[in-house]
Order: sequence, then structure tokens, then C-alpha cells
Amino acid sequence: MLTRRLLSLLDLRAAIAVAVLLSAAVLVPILLLATPQNFPLHMPPYVVALLGKYLCYAILAVALDLVWGYCGILSLGHGAFFALGGYAMGMYLMRQIGTRGVYANPILPDFMVFLNWKALPVTWWGFDWFPYAMLMVLLAPGVLAFAFGYLAFRSRVTGVYLSIITQAMTYALLLAFFRNDMGFGGNNGLTDFKDILGFNVQSDETRAALFSVSALALIVAILIGRYLVTSKFGKVLIAIRDAESRTRFIGYRVENYKLAVFTLSAMMAGVAGALYVPQVGIINPSEFSPAQSIEAVIWVAVGGRGTLVGAALGAVLVNFAKTWFTGALPEYWLFALGLLFILVTLFLPKGILGLIDHMKRRTAPASIDGDVQNGATAAR
Amino acid sequence: MDEATLTSSLLYLDGVAVSFDGYKALRGLSLTLAPGEMRAIIGPNGAGKTTMMDVITGKTRPDEGVVFFGGNQDLTQLDEAAIAELGIGRKFQKPTVFESHTVEDNILLALKAPRSARATLFGKPAPDTAERIDRILATTKLTDHRARMAADLSHGQKQWLEIGMLLAQDPKLLLVDEPVAGMTDAETMQTAELLREIARDHSVVVVEHDMDFVRELGVKVTVLHEGAVLAEGPLDQVSAEPQVIEVYLGR
Repeated sequence: MLTRRLLSLLDLRAAIAVAVLLSAAVLVPILLLATPQNFPLHMPPYVVALLGKYLCYAILAVALDLVWGYCGILSLGHGAFFALGGYAMGMYLMRQIGTRGVYANPILPDFMVFLNWKALPVTWWGFDWFPYAMLMVLLAPGVLAFAFGYLAFRSRVTGVYLSIITQAMTYALLLAFFRNDMGFGGNNGLTDFKDILGFNVQSDETRAALFSVSALALIVAILIGRYLVTSKFGKVLIAIRDAESRTRFIGYRVENYKLAVFTLSAMMAGVAGALYVPQVGIINPSEFSPAQSIEAVIWVAVGGRGTLVGAALGAVLVNFAKTWFTGALPEYWLFALGLLFILVTLFLPKGILGLIDHMKRRTAPASIDGDVQNGATAAR
Repeated sequence: MDEATLTSSLLYLDGVAVSFDGYKALRGLSLTLAPGEMRAIIGPNGAGKTTMMDVITGKTRPDEGVVFFGGNQDLTQLDEAAIAELGIGRKFQKPTVFESHTVEDNILLALKAPRSARATLFGKPAPDTAERIDRILATTKLTDHRARMAADLSHGQKQWLEIGMLLAQDPKLLLVDEPVAGMTDAETMQTAELLREIARDHSVVVVEHDMDFVRELGVKVTVLHEGAVLAEGPLDQVSAEPQVIEVYLGR
């Protein structure tokens, strides 16, 4: 029964995505750890970290696709939830540094010693304990999304107005986290991490493990997403996207549905951020910048919104392009990104996956509906 | 106000007033509808027909007046979802169906069932779900189109699908706003037939411009003008009244 429900979640695309990710989770660590440096497929650690980063972005894209692609909530502030999850992980990693910091203070992170603080602020309590930090990875973005969504969705703020206030939310957090007296490292953020769960963050083995965990987390995100969108709950989300007031008039409390999916999506984004931070080695307020959130929307649009797998694909492809561009033609990346967004909006409204669907339909000899109808006429 | 009328009528509006930025959309509208009754509401543009529907379904709160449903439910205190759960279904002027769902899923979503997020996420569908969907598709002549996307239906079919969604809600009262706007003559007659069929076991309020269609329905008519009731009675009687002629034909 349970396995049948699980299998029903895997349409062809989700199955391909899961298979690719599972193989990557196994192969990438092997290529990094067990192949000699001169082996043609050997993966240097920096490549593994880069791929791991793409996977975290892909989780963020899946989270965003759930609210935007299925429920029509265009959040331009999802980067905030990603960053909050990242900060929660960063705080755990800071507490693991202990006496190895520049000032060798066993409790206080370096920046607090530098600011002449005497005691650990309440916000930092408990972050040396991994389970608590992980709980905060979910709760910090979850509670913010719940509070924000409760107010916004009850007041029936929709469309472009909602998008604007999500931008304002992430911008406000950007400004707040820039301040030294917030106690989150200000401008510099949190960095110089040493250990995660007792393993050296920089070691190849840890990098391989973090990559595999990210791949598995992306699989889980896709499966949770598929579970939601294939249930009746998911049909209601699409109904809200298509005709919100009709949904209300047939008796659904639209605000509750929006709040549920928005909060869940924010928690998913938080997990993405938490996996991102140990792989890139730093978290700072720039993650809150409105441009980051907008970039995430572009990934989803490029891959195909309302497809989950497409969102993940879009995140990986656009970020791959970004890596290449910022290496080869750094000045032109933002132009390329802007152009990409315009082209996708004009010519690929359903993204890459929509294009694949379109080509499949054209190459198919005759559509199924056509056959049935012709058959029916012939029979008559 | 008479206590007995209040409890025996299905819908009871008294002295309802609504204004938007000083514009008085409804001024002292009073209307009662008996259980099982079908009523046609006519009136020129701006007479307050749509605002009246908004008030009944909880989209707009009246500034003054009382709105009771089933004799004891004060509709002015409830939101759209709660009013829908009480058993009032509404059809919009422009067909509004869920375009990226199939015809069948449109009905499924409207079908009377628990509406909470938890129920739709973890709950199991009722055993007679498929059967109820089949029956509604048959009534609305959409059985052959069940697997099509609602977006691909013709205008008339979308109107019927929306009426089917209302039936699926199994409401006590149906509010239908201009159901035949933009329909061909044949579709109009079929819609009148469909509504008469529905009226056999539901109370229905139909707002309409099309006089032929109202005549086809053959029910009591209420004429609205400037946010209040101008005349009420059989169509032939009200259309003979001088003030109705004046409102419709102008001075």
C-alpha cells in the first residue's frame, strides 16, 4: 500500500531525476575519493563542492516551484528562508570552532570577542548541539513564513503586491543582518568553519558526504513535492492558482492552503541553505539580497514552473552557466541572465520541460484524443 | 418584522444597504425566497444585482440591513468559505472553472467533502465519489468530455461545467449570475432546461438580462432598480407595470 503510493509519486520525470541523483550520490564520492588524480574522470574537491552547491540551489528551486508553480504565489523573498537556514547551520559551525579561533575563546565566536562582548547572546544558546541547530534550520524559516503568510494571506494580499512585500521582507532582513549588534557577524557573516559533527569541513571525505546528503535531500524534496501535488491538496493549490475566488466560493479556505504550502516551502528552503553553508564555507547577509531571490525565480522559470523536476534542472543549468560566465566573461553574466529571462518568458513560457513536451507532441503521429474521436466518427 | 416569515423563508434580506466610496449600490433592498423556489432577478445595469450576490455569498459586507439564510444563519457574520459550507453555491457571470484541471477534477474539487487542508492531504475520498461525479457529468452532458482540460471546452460547456460544480456542492441555494450571456440560442434553451431540472430539488436565484430566457424559465420575477426592489410578480405582470417600462425603455 505504502510502496504503491510511493510509486505513484514517480512519474517518468521524477523517476529519471531520482535515478540520476541516486547515481550521483554514489558515483561522485567514488570519483573524488577512490580514483587517482590522473584518472580522466577524477573529480577534484572544488568541483564536488560546486556540484553540491548546485544541488542546494535545486532544493531551493523545488521549494519555490511549490508555491509559485502550483499555488501562484510569486515569492520574491525565498532567498530569505534559504539564508535563515544557512545562518542556523553557520551558528552551529561557529560554535564548533571552540578554542581554535584567533582569540581562542572557548565559547564566544571571534567576532563577538572583537566586539568586546562578554557573554553569548540568547539567540546563540544551544547552537553547539547539532539536533537543536537542525531544529532551528526548520523553525527559523518556518516561523517567519508562518507569521508573514498569516498576515499577508489573511489580508488577501495577492499578485504583484505580495511579490513586492516578499522583496521588502528579504531586504529588511538584509539590512538587519548587516548590523553588528544583531549578533550574527554583521557584514562579514559567519565563516572560518572547522568541523561538522566532528569531521573536518575541508576534508575530501566530508565534501563527498555533504554532496551525497545534498543529493538525497533533493530526492526527498522532490518526493515531498510530488506527494503534495498529486494529492487532492495539490489539486486545490492549482485551483487557487487558476481561479482563487471560485475556490473560495466552493468552500475552501484559500488562506489556510496558502499558509500551509508557503510555510512548508520555507522550511524546505531552510534545509537547502543549511546544506549550502558547509559546502561554500561562508554565510553572510548578501544571501538576503533581493537579487538572489529573483535569480531563484529565473531558475524555476527556465526549467519550467509547475513541474518540480524542471525547477531543479533549471537551477543546475542556470548556475552552471553562471559559473562558466563568471569565469570566462564576468562582466556579461547579468546581461546574459536578463536576456535569458526575457527569452524564456517570450518563447518558453513553460520552460525547458514545457519545450520537451511540445516537441514530443509534434513528433507523435496523432494525438490520443484525435484517434479516439476519429474512431468514434468511423463507428457512427 | 414577522417572526414566522423569517424562519420559513430560505433566504431573507431586509433593508440591505451597501455603498462603495459614496456610490450607493444597494439602498434598502428587501427580498425573501421560499424553500424550493426558483426566482429570476432582472434589472438594468447598475441595479445592484451582482452586489446583492456579493452580499449573500459573503464577498461584500452590507453597511446596514439583515441577511438570514435558512431562518437563523446570519450571513453578514460569515466568510465565503463558511457560507459555501452552509449550502449556498454561486455561479459567476463569466465562466470561472479551473482551466488547468480536467472536467472530472473540476467536479471532484467541488464535490461535497471535507474542505480542510488536512483532509485533502491525508483523507481518503468517500466511496461513492466516482458515482456522484458520473451522475453530475451526465446531468450537465459532459460525460464525453470528462478527461479534457477545462480550458479546452467551448464557452457553453464551461458554463455547464460551472453549473455542474455547483450541483456537486449540493447546495440548498444556487445563485446563478447571467448564465446564458454569450450563448447561442440552442445553448440558451438547453441551459433553461438544465436550470428547471435543477430547480426541482434546489432553490435557485437567477440573475439575467435576456428576457426570452426569463420567459422560458417561467418563474416569479423580481425587478431591481437603483439598489432596491421595483416590482415583483410573474413576468407578464411586471413587464406591464408603467415604472418598469420606464426604467427599461428610458424616459
